[in-house]
Amino acid sequence: MDVFFWSTAIFLLVNAFACLYRAYDGPTVVDRVLAINIVVTKTLVVLVLLATVFGRGLLLDVALVYGLLNFVLTVVATRYIETERLTGDWS
Amino acid sequence: MTSLDPIRTAVAVVLVSVGGLFFLIGTIGLLRLPDFFTRTHAATKCDTVGAGSLLIGLAVYDGASTSALKILVLVLLVLVSSPTSGHALARAAYRTGLKPWRAGEEREVS
Repeated sequence: MDVFFWSTAIFLLVNAFACLYRAYDGPTVVDRVLAINIVVTKTLVVLVLLATVFGRGLLLDVALVYGLLNFVLTVVATRYIETERLTGDWS
Repeated sequence: MTSLDPIRTAVAVVLVSVGGLFFLIGTIGLLRLPDFFTRTHAATKCDTVGAGSLLIGLAVYDGASTSALKILVLVLLVLVSSPTSGHALARAAYRTGLKPWRAGEEREVS
């Protein structure tokens, strides 16, 4: 079963590096933000896979914080793209 | 309990494989589709379903334990945050005047 989880993790890492091409090449800024969002989601799943393989519950907490950070990062980036400032109200 | 282990493992393998397949489809969509709106359409949905299915599979594999509960909290976080950030991104792109791709036009760069 460990071999299966390891191969899934490696498969996801290959996918994540493929998505990094979109972050490098993306014609617009939102493309880059989207690509980084996707890469972080894949990394989160890889962290949970490693936690299952190694039997370390600590990695699950790391994954939780990573997911929250991903969400906050994306929302702040989109807010900045949309309104061109970080404080005050929308529009 | 031990007599259920093969069933649990089989369910986990199926769910993890389905999740990996959805991740692959999302990656292909992110790389191949013509403009930002179609790309966010493919990537966000495939990532939500892929991560949800894969994490639920891992929770099933862990059985009744604290780590399974933590993984379920992670599933909840992904199910809430991933569509929200996708929507915010598409809204920001639309409000800043990014034009959607029309059939017959040249694709954007690569």
